Parts: sequence; structure tokens; C-alpha cells
Amino acid sequence: MKLSRSAKTILGVITGLILLFIYLPLLLVVVNSFNADRTFGWPPRSFTLEWWGRAVASEGVRDALATSVQVAVISTIISLILGTLLALALQRYSFFGRDVINLLVILPIALPGIVTGIALNNLFTTVLGVPLSLWTVIVAHATFCMVTVFNNAIARLRRVNGSLEEASADLGAGVFTTFVLVTLPQLRSALLAGGLLAFALSFDEIIVTTFTIGAGQQTLPVWILSNLFRPNQAPVVNVVAVILIVVSIVPIWLAQRLSSDSVAGTGAPGIGRGKIKKAKVSSAP
Amino acid sequence: MSSNVPTISLRGLTKEFGETTAVDGIDLEIRQGEFFSMLGPSGSGKTTVLRLIAGFESPTSGTVELEGTDVTARAPFDRDVNTVFQDYALFPHMSLIDNVAYGLRVRGVPKRERRDRAAAALDRVQLGSFLGRRPSQLSGGQRQRVALARALVVEPRVLLLDEPLGALDLKLRQQMQVELKELQRSLGITFIFVTHDQEEALTMSDRIGVFNAGRLVQVGSAKEIYDRPNGEFVANFVGTSNIFPAAVGSSLYGRAEAFSVRPERLRLAHPGGAGRDGTTAIRGTVSALVYLGHATQVRVAISDGTTAVVLVHPAALAEEDVTPGREVAVEWRTSDVVWLPPTG
Repeated sequence: MKLSRSAKTILGVITGLILLFIYLPLLLVVVNSFNADRTFGWPPRSFTLEWWGRAVASEGVRDALATSVQVAVISTIISLILGTLLALALQRYSFFGRDVINLLVILPIALPGIVTGIALNNLFTTVLGVPLSLWTVIVAHATFCMVTVFNNAIARLRRVNGSLEEASADLGAGVFTTFVLVTLPQLRSALLAGGLLAFALSFDEIIVTTFTIGAGQQTLPVWILSNLFRPNQAPVVNVVAVILIVVSIVPIWLAQRLSSDSVAGTGAPGIGRGKIKKAKVSSAP
Repeated sequence: MSSNVPTISLRGLTKEFGETTAVDGIDLEIRQGEFFSMLGPSGSGKTTVLRLIAGFESPTSGTVELEGTDVTARAPFDRDVNTVFQDYALFPHMSLIDNVAYGLRVRGVPKRERRDRAAAALDRVQLGSFLGRRPSQLSGGQRQRVALARALVVEPRVLLLDEPLGALDLKLRQQMQVELKELQRSLGITFIFVTHDQEEALTMSDRIGVFNAGRLVQVGSAKEIYDRPNGEFVANFVGTSNIFPAAVGSSLYGRAEAFSVRPERLRLAHPGGAGRDGTTAIRGTVSALVYLGHATQVRVAISDGTTAVVLVHPAALAEEDVTPGREVAVEWRTSDVVWLPPTG
């Protein structure tokens, strides 16, 4: 379809305005983290590194950052293991209830965080009698982080030729050897992308976290929330927000690059049982 | 010693997928060192039989024996057979040498030895200088050869080939047919070759099994299958046949059964001058001519509504001056008639 020149211009302007609306506020936060004016007068009259220095020096910020990283890393690892196993089970085997399990696995990402939070809080404190701690946060995060790994892994498995695994078994490899030598290398970039998304999802999560975190513990988003309305902390809050933006955006950017690269890289011919197939001569990558 | 024990023995092999029966009670014995083709249209069950022999599927009932040992319950990695897949299934993340060495690697062959053996196997299929390449850098024919080398390097008793030439163009396919046959002869191992291409099966095989609707319809040498089809399905599927209905059979020979005569066994004759000893003639009208290059197909409409296809060589056609609408006689030797008893 060909667009007229004016239509292109109008669509371009609209797209630009929308993107501006999304990213200008973020830019504002970044600029204000260097704004020398404590009340953020606009435009900034001078710039300073004082807030960054104070943030780095603040024990609360450092602890919260360490906590956030710890929670995100561990829940990502759990998600990687469970998400991969689930994707393998649902894609490579057929069994009773497969479609139901597929739906139930994806559902947590659509559930409102507040519902997940309350439900898990009730489960931990009243039913299981487990004291709230970082581990309850990690488990809670894993319930929805798993979905991003699962989605990436299953999408890749659908594309990877199933006869590769049959060929491996045919040549004498057992189930585990086949997984390590054939399936996992095919999944590698998809798992990396899914893992990075899971990390980003966990790192900036707040709603479920507030319902499942132990007393006196803080992740970075929780720290922001509790310091937001303290006037003398406001400049430091901006700095922390910038850290959150960077740590969340970089993994997503990486994940997107990884998933687009891998499409060209695998070069697997189509799923194998079709009768008519053209001989395909792929060019060298 | 083991020459009397069949390499592969299938007994009452049946595979159902839900409601459909893909393979329906196959009994078959394949001998040591034989080039055996499974021929049939898509969905006739031939690939499923291959997958049952390889162990990728387990049968609903029946057994698979490999050199007299029941392997029905064994996993694919526990059977001394290897497969060349239709889409080759080369590991895209490995170089050619690693692909070919894979079977040796998972068997614990030392690194040095497996590299040497894999390199030798690639050499044998004329890819000795491509050791470090990835499968994606190869053409279809080259991938085909890698898949062959990878399956053969572990020295299986039986090589299973699932339409391995289907993705290649005609010239390459014919070349690979010759190479495959040579390879099989020099290695002396059993090849089981699945194809839907009857010409491929006829040129390469020691024996052919013709499949239809999950059943084995006929087993025999290429010549037996082509010259003596045991029913209408084989007569039609293997080569082209003129099938005359039972009514023609009873009026010509007094036998109320359908019969077939191959197009190249038919001759055109002048309507009055036919009727020598040992031949049968039938009158009709030329309806169309189809030029094939090496010969011309002449279609003759017989009075009862059937059309006989006669294959005429260019030299013969020039003399006859055959044109559509002309009255001719179609003649054949009575010994070329193949009776097709109705199948129950």
C-alpha cells in the first residue's frame, strides 16, 4: 500500500507526538536528577552532581539496590528453570490437560498485581504460616516472571525443527544428552531474552512486592514510595528513579536485539513433514 | 550364519493415531544387504512404518524385530538403525565435522578418533574440504550428503531414508540416485528407502513394497511390480496403465475381469488389417495426441467409453499419419495382458 505524502507527514507527526509524550517525562526525571534547584525550578538554572553523591552515600539506597538485584536475579533463575521445563513439556509432549495448563501458566501476567499480592499475602501469612521475607517476594515475582521465559522458550521451540531431537536420539544420544547438546543451544538466545525480560519485570515491580515483603526490608521501588513525600529526599528520589529507568530499559533493549538476531541465525528449515519442499540454498550469514 | 535371519522383520505392525489407522497390520521381512523401497502415495503409511522401525513411534500392536531380536520396546538410541531425514535435520549450531561426529561423540569415542572418522566420512561424500562450514552455508544436495555421512559414520545395520531426494531438483536427484545405489552396494548394508516417486523406486530397488491406505499391497522386484501388478491400485500407481473394465474382458476373452496393458505394449494398426495370431485388437477413434519428446502419447477412444493410451515412438508415428478423429485399431500381444482380480 502506498501512502500519500501528506498522510505520511501527518502519521509521522502523530507518532512523534506520542513518543514525545511517553519519553519527555522520563527525560525530565533524568534532567532533574542533576538540577541544582532543590524545588526543581524549570528551566534549571544550574546543574550539580550533589544528589548523585548523596544517593551513592545513602545506606538506604545502597541496601535497596542490593535487595532489588538479589530478588530479581534469584526470581529470574527460578523462572528460567521452570519456564524452560514447562515450555518443553507443553510443546514436545501431549498429555491430558495440556491446553488448560498452558492457559494457567500464562494467566498470572494478566492478573492485577494487587490481586496477586493480596492472594499471596494471605497464603503466606495465614495458610502456610511463613514469615514474609525476601524469599516470599522472590517466589511471588517468579509466578509472573516465569511467563516471559515460558513465552520466549515455547515460541522458539515451535520454530525449531522437532526432527533435530529425533536425529540426536537416532544417533544414540539419551534424553538428557539431547537436551544439553541439541535443544539448549537452539534455545539459548530465546532464554537469554526471556531471562532479561524477567529480570526487568522483577526489578521494578512494586505492588506485589509491598504485599509480600518482610518488615524493614526494601526494594528500590519500595524505597522510592516510602521516600516520595519527604521533601528533603525528593532530589535523591529522582536519582533512584533514573537508576530504575536504566536498569529496566537496558535488559529490554538487549532482549529485543537478541530475539531479532536469532531469527536469522538458526537457519532451520521448516517443520519437517511437508511433502513438497523447495530446495533452499541459504546464503552465508 | 545370520544370512537366514531377516535384518528387519515386521509382524502384524499396526499404528493408530486417535481414530485413524495409519499402518494396518503390516507383515514384512527385509533381507540383509537389500535395497528395499517403500512406495506409496502421501498418507499411505510408509513414513509411519519407517518411524516405527526407527523407534520414533511405538506401534499400537505388532512387533519390530532387528536381526531376530524384538526391539519394539526399545528407544531410538538403543537400536542399531539410523535415519536420513526428509529435511536432513542437520544441527544448525554445529559445523559439518561436529554434525558428522555427533553419533561417535555421544557413544564416547575419543575426540581424535571421532574427528578422523568423521573427516573420512565427509571425504567419502565429496565434502572433505568443507569440515568447518555450517549447514546453512550448504546447498540442498550438499546437506543431503552430510546427513548421509552422519548416519553412516556410526556403521548401522540398517539405514532408513525418508524421501531423502524429495527436496532436490531433477538433475541432482538422478545423480544422487546413482550415488546412493553405489554407496549401498559398496557398504553392503540394508537400505530402506521411502519414496512416493515410482520411477525412483523402480531404478534403485532390489525389492519394492507398494503401500496403500496403511496396507502393504504388493511386494516384489521392480520387474514383478511393473510387469505383474496384482491389482488396479499397483497397475495405476506404478507407471501408467490402460485399465479395461470387466465388460471388455468378457467380450474379448470371455473372462469377466478387468485387465491392464502398459501403453508401451500397445500398437496402432490399420482398422481392417489387424488380427494376427496371439494378438488382440480393438477398434477406436484417435481423440488426442500428446507430444512427450521421446515419444508421442496417442489417446484412442474405444466404443465402450474407455480411453486407451498408446505410446508411439517418433519413427513409427511418421508412417502412420495419425490425426485426431481417425479410425484406428489398437493391438497388443495377448501375453501382455495382466488380469486384475477385484480386491475384496
